[in-house]
Amino acid sequence: MNIHEYQAKAVLKEFGAPVAEGVAIFSADEAEAAAKSLPGPLWVVKSQIHAGGRGKGKFKELPADAKGGVRLAFSLDEVKSHAREMLGNTLVTKQTGDAGKVVNRLYIEDGADIERELYLSILVDRTVGRAAFVVSTEGGMDIEAVAEETPEKIITLPIDPDAGVTAADAGKLCDALELSGAAREDGMKLFPILYKAFVEKDMSLLEVNPLIVMKDGRLRVLDAKVSFDGNALFRHDDIFALRDETEEDAKEIEASKYDLAYVALDGDIGCMVNGAGLAMATMDIIKLYGAEPANFLDVGGGASKEKVTAAFKIITSDPKVKGILVNIFGGIMRCDVIAEGVVAAVKEVGLQVPLVVRLEGTNVELGKKIINESGLNVIAADDLDDAAQKIVKAVKEGA
Amino acid sequence: MSILVNKDTKIIVQGLTGKTGTFHTEQALEYYGTKMVAGVHPKKGGETWSSGVDSAAELPIFATVGEAKEATGADASVIYVPPAGAGAAIIEAIDAEVPFIVCITEGIPVADMIKVKARLDKSKSRLLGPNCPGILTPEECKIGIMPGSIFKKGSVGVVSRSGTLTYEAVFQTSNAGLGQTTAVGIGGDPVKGTEFIDVLEMFLADDETKSMIMIGEIGGSAEEEAAQFLMDEAKKGRSKPMAGFIAGRTAPPGRTMGHAGAVISGGKGGAEDKIAAMEEAGIRVSPSPAKLGETLLEVLKG
Repeated sequence: MNIHEYQAKAVLKEFGAPVAEGVAIFSADEAEAAAKSLPGPLWVVKSQIHAGGRGKGKFKELPADAKGGVRLAFSLDEVKSHAREMLGNTLVTKQTGDAGKVVNRLYIEDGADIERELYLSILVDRTVGRAAFVVSTEGGMDIEAVAEETPEKIITLPIDPDAGVTAADAGKLCDALELSGAAREDGMKLFPILYKAFVEKDMSLLEVNPLIVMKDGRLRVLDAKVSFDGNALFRHDDIFALRDETEEDAKEIEASKYDLAYVALDGDIGCMVNGAGLAMATMDIIKLYGAEPANFLDVGGGASKEKVTAAFKIITSDPKVKGILVNIFGGIMRCDVIAEGVVAAVKEVGLQVPLVVRLEGTNVELGKKIINESGLNVIAADDLDDAAQKIVKAVKEGA
Repeated sequence: MSILVNKDTKIIVQGLTGKTGTFHTEQALEYYGTKMVAGVHPKKGGETWSSGVDSAAELPIFATVGEAKEATGADASVIYVPPAGAGAAIIEAIDAEVPFIVCITEGIPVADMIKVKARLDKSKSRLLGPNCPGILTPEECKIGIMPGSIFKKGSVGVVSRSGTLTYEAVFQTSNAGLGQTTAVGIGGDPVKGTEFIDVLEMFLADDETKSMIMIGEIGGSAEEEAAQFLMDEAKKGRSKPMAGFIAGRTAPPGRTMGHAGAVISGGKGGAEDKIAAMEEAGIRVSPSPAKLGETLLEVLKG
């Protein structure tokens, strides 16, 4: 689960990390009061969307030469005019896709005098099975570009979970970031704080880009991006409350209510599959035969008829979907349960597009019988290859 | 031969008394009499579990893994405990020095697995999973949730990050007449006990395994590391014919595709890099998950 920058900074502040003062606003009317509550004379007005690249992003509704999604303001009037221009408009960044994201929230923050911009993140290094710091002196820019061009400038330091961030670890990070004087003092305190926040809040990513050294020599977290481990949200009600559903696909929200793993994609063939690997492979094989999948959907190992019905309804609610492929290899998942769910869903919502069903594994004969006797217009398939070819053909013929 | 488990493997079940644990223990007992020897439940020690399928099948329940192991001489444990308690269940099995631990549970917080991994590294136990379908040696032993009916005793070693794609590989190699020595699901989580390399090493060392299928997916770099390992071993004269598959060619970057570990992040972990690495290591990578058996047969024909 992702949260907004201002929320991430509030979480880090709780742990004692140095962040600037700021106020989140939801309408332009709040801009002046928000700015007045901060010291000034420099403010930063930042679009709050769940995507990076905001500074270089462009607003769809504004002229091409208009400023981006993160703007400096040198007066209260400027804060107000930025807020009016940004709120409610659609920001397109390299991470949002062409559709962009509507800016519903702004963060007005106290400006900082920047001396140096650094990069810092904590993530799970799966090669060693530990949380690891990734740091670079090349902050403020796209870290993927740094990794591409100057990989030697990125330093990774895995942390022993039993010992936590030791003084030696913090020292190594200070060295890697070339911190001295006050900045080094701050760093020795900050790195254990960030690690503590990462572990205690079950984060899957904590990215500070940039971490800045200010003109006065102190460190500050200038931007923060935090993602949480979805599997650990059950023990963090405070974090779950930060979820902003306007940032998510409506179909994905609906799917999450039924504990279905669903990801919306751009193609026109809807898929319902059991198992994440098989669900990905089903998308791949649709592409292999010349079409594009409309979604990833794993109904899971122990799905009930109700869950299957819900899954089917989510797929059919997508207007892009021109055909549906159900692909089940029953292990724990019984084919008859899938068949009953599909039949129930079709009876409820109807079927306007071709449907190919491939069943294999536990109770396959019973599942096929339920489908055959339902009177539904279903195209049966023998194996995954056959199924993919049949649905691609049916969709192309229907177009 | 087989790897890791055979007809003599004695298994205890952590989470036996739940619905999932009960169902799969019944299935395991039905599968060529897999030696399930005991269950563990902290509050039900001293009670007895009865199978709902075969009225004669009963298992004693112990309060701790340590007691269960001591009383039965078990050499493996399978875990069906729900995610919030599964990390602690694995650690209990490690502390009881169970040699082989299989964790089926999906959805364990990564932070819990990091703690497990640190403990595991200091122990002699091997962990398979979590978030995996388990392991099956045909006609001998079934630990986990794989459907036994699709297996056939034979010569292919199967290793996979995905459960249902393991079934595809098994089903297809059975239909091709090859059968399997052992099928191992290593699981879809980012932090786990057993990696491709561990299993490939065992298959290379096993005389009855004549060929191998390896199924990976997007996320991480375990496939690339496995490919490097295979190339290094081939230089020492150790190699076996192999087919493979990578799931997620069409997955968008930055999105987690069902499995917690299946995500392309920071431009890394994409399918094409993995396929290229595997092909360089001499693995015939099938473009279609429906042609794994066929592809392996082609490799074997030379």
